[in-house]
Amino acid sequence: MAALRDIQNRIKAVKNTQKITKAMKMVAAAKLKKVQTRMLDLRPYAAKMYDVLLSLARAADREAHPLLAFRPRKTVEILVITSDRGLCGAFNANILKEAQLTINAHIKDGFEVSISTVGKKARDYFRRRDVAVRNSWIGISGNVRFASAQEIASDIKESYINETIDEVTVVYNAFKSMVAQDITLVKLLPLSPVEEGEENAAEAEAADYIYEPSVEAIFDTLIPKNVDIQIYRALLESSAAEEAARMSAMENATQSCDEMVGKLTLQFNKARQAAITAELMDIVGGVEALKD
Amino acid sequence: MAEKLKLDIVTPYGHVFTDEVDEIVASGSEGEFGVLPDHVPFLTTLKIGMLTYKKGSETGYFFVNSGYAEVGPDSVTILADSAEKSEEIDLDRAQEAMKRAEERLKKAGEIDEARATAAIERSVARVQIAEKKQAR
Repeated sequence: MAALRDIQNRIKAVKNTQKITKAMKMVAAAKLKKVQTRMLDLRPYAAKMYDVLLSLARAADREAHPLLAFRPRKTVEILVITSDRGLCGAFNANILKEAQLTINAHIKDGFEVSISTVGKKARDYFRRRDVAVRNSWIGISGNVRFASAQEIASDIKESYINETIDEVTVVYNAFKSMVAQDITLVKLLPLSPVEEGEENAAEAEAADYIYEPSVEAIFDTLIPKNVDIQIYRALLESSAAEEAARMSAMENATQSCDEMVGKLTLQFNKARQAAITAELMDIVGGVEALKD
Repeated sequence: MAEKLKLDIVTPYGHVFTDEVDEIVASGSEGEFGVLPDHVPFLTTLKIGMLTYKKGSETGYFFVNSGYAEVGPDSVTILADSAEKSEEIDLDRAQEAMKRAEERLKKAGEIDEARATAAIERSVARVQIAEKKQAR
């Protein structure tokens, strides 16, 4: 009888877990919806801003702004964006793997690598490996605000202008669909150079533009702003991707719970049947014994 | 020759407006400017102010909170920090905000002054646009 009770307890435990995973899925779905609309709203703006910036970059003198200046690469900054909380499948593992690969590649090429992180998972990952992290932010992914993006952006801009870092790459999960995330590497600074062939055509076109008040004045405000917006976008994408990943992870967990409950119930019924049969055999045996 | 202008207003909070229009007047940092189809390529910063478009007999007003305007021969793209259609502006609220901002400016120290001035500019522009809408 002890075995029966054990199985019953396990069924109960699994059902409780299922309740939790179901609830977490609902919460993730609600959060996803919220952050997804914000992300989709921002996408056209961010894309358009980048377009404008590129067309400006063709027209302007590269040395005009400290954030545009090319200089020999020595220190490469990697900004890794993960979540604060787990239970979202391979979301964080994928990003950290990609980040590690990038870091290794840069070290192999003889560059210094400096790391900044967003999210507890990335911070803990590098802490466990005793890798020095230049700066880390936590508590953003649950509630992405523009102010947080500005804070990160201003730190990065400052370090770039100080020449502490010479290149900035952001690694994050972009939201692709409910079931898929895209690991994305974006070179934030310096602004990527225009392709050779493209440049000539673009230059001819750019010459026709009229700029008010002046190329430099527009640049001065647009470049820092672009960094803010691109980081904001990365944070929002990552946050949406996180909730989507959590949703599918929790969906899978709920399904596994169903399967497990099924298996355990079968096992329970078998054990119960066996117990009844054994009892019957006992009684029959007893009756037979009394007959004699 | 392009006959119409494609006006796009995008903000971090989404696509506010997109349509084919005949004429656009916006307030650039160097003053107001008008755009008709087949304009030369033109890129400018925008200050807080009004954007007007004409489409046939229809005229629309927008409150634009600083940003950039990119003008091409057949399209105008406004990248604004925020933008509101005149119908969406709450006149009472805008007037209240204007009073609040004025009071803050009186008390403000050096640091707050820029912020308070910007707040006043915003609310004045909002009130003007909202009143325009009502007068029509």
